[in-house]
Amino acid sequence: MDTDLASIDIEAVIDIMANKLADQMKRRRIVEPLMIGVHTGGLWVAEKLHQKLGLTKPLAEIDISFYRDDFTRIGLNPQVKPSHIPSEVEGEHIILVDDVLYTGRTIRAALNEIFDYGRPDSVTLAVLVDRGARELPLHADIVGLELDLSPEKQVKLTGPAPLALETNRN
Amino acid sequence: MSSSKQPASTSFKAPDSSRLQLDEQGRLRHFLTTEGLSKDILTDIMDVAESFSSVGNQAVKKVPVLRGKTIVNLFFENSTRTRTTFDLAAKRLSADVINLNIATSATSKGESILDTIRNLEAMHADMFVVRHSASGAAHFIANNVEPHVSVINAGDGSHAHPTQAMLDMFTIRREKKEFSTLKVAIIGDILHSRVARSQIHALNTLGVKEVRVIAPKTLLPSDTDSLGVHVYSDLRTGLDDVDVIIMLRLQRERMGAALLPSEHEYFECFGLTEEKLAYAKPDVTVMHPGPINRGVEMDAAVADGPHSVILQQVTNGIAIRMAVMTLTLGQNKVAG
Repeated sequence: MDTDLASIDIEAVIDIMANKLADQMKRRRIVEPLMIGVHTGGLWVAEKLHQKLGLTKPLAEIDISFYRDDFTRIGLNPQVKPSHIPSEVEGEHIILVDDVLYTGRTIRAALNEIFDYGRPDSVTLAVLVDRGARELPLHADIVGLELDLSPEKQVKLTGPAPLALETNRN
Repeated sequence: MSSSKQPASTSFKAPDSSRLQLDEQGRLRHFLTTEGLSKDILTDIMDVAESFSSVGNQAVKKVPVLRGKTIVNLFFENSTRTRTTFDLAAKRLSADVINLNIATSATSKGESILDTIRNLEAMHADMFVVRHSASGAAHFIANNVEPHVSVINAGDGSHAHPTQAMLDMFTIRREKKEFSTLKVAIIGDILHSRVARSQIHALNTLGVKEVRVIAPKTLLPSDTDSLGVHVYSDLRTGLDDVDVIIMLRLQRERMGAALLPSEHEYFECFGLTEEKLAYAKPDVTVMHPGPINRGVEMDAAVADGPHSVILQQVTNGIAIRMAVMTLTLGQNKVAG
């Protein structure tokens, strides 16, 4: 399993994601979306997508540490990064990008943070990997890779160059 | 002479708070003084504050991180500005805040500090932000609270004012990026200044090149040697080649103690003017904790001039207080 994941060509997966995103944007007549990458892995994927799609609006970034639902259990990670989201989220079509979709809690936190900046017209979720085992009623619109992993397996994106998937048991 | 060096109201011993404020894992549990804290912890505080700075840009200027927590601002000594920024910081973290001015409250009816604390704990307070005219008051309270409660020192006597010092460090880092090359001058009433003490500890821990204090001899503490500072009593000499100037507020109430001849004479010797500013580096940063006595500590032209970051200090103060509140309450939860 581990060797399988490590041998996946991430660039090629992101190419497929970019094509799917371009199709969907065209279908929904969205011209200038605002792309937001979730720190840290999601931002790496978003940087590539942003470039491949040739988006005009600068890439925004979000760190959801202050919106997590487990602060009372694990406290704050001091390595939290500032979020850089333009103050005019109002009326934007947002493409939210993350590396691995698992429980859905990160995306829940990211949506809450985005809505504290304003009311976007729509949010599209694009993820590199959907590994299943959701704990919240959320799904991704664009998925690069679907994996069926047992709950104790963790999958994580390493990068930024080169991007690779790795699993670790704990 | 020796009596003039003690603030009149000292009733607690100024303690070594450095151990009390860390938990078993060496993380911040209370924030009582910058003394004895590692460079890593001071850097963590500034890094987290940097992240909180973007919250001010949100349409909804709030993050939910301390939702459901109750923070009590316990001010035994008045300070509108400090209390307002703590209040705002707690609200931006979605905590519930109670402001108590004890000077006008229960203790004037004879209730002891411990009784006040026990009562507030019974109301499920999670944090006390303490301001007191006696050195060691916050330490005393931190020593007596329940394990899940954190205490932040918002100024105790002439001992420490760590959040003011950290917002100044944060402002310096945002202006200058790197501490190791900096010469920093602190000017004014060093003797009575809890701000100066906390700043000197933080500046030395963060590894600045040189810390100078510039003051009349009557306003210098006797232990300047152990503080690791260079002492100057002439403003122009002391300002030579400095990168950062930190002015202290001259507390008018000290004037009565005959430590200073007059405000006018103080301004002549130690007031910051554009002429004196020219002795420092061309890109010098000028700071002041506020409120400014214009024409006493500095000229209006300097306070409002291009080198001044006095208003940025106020904004940075909110982010620093958010960071300290989140770090202390967050680490605290692990034990509980």
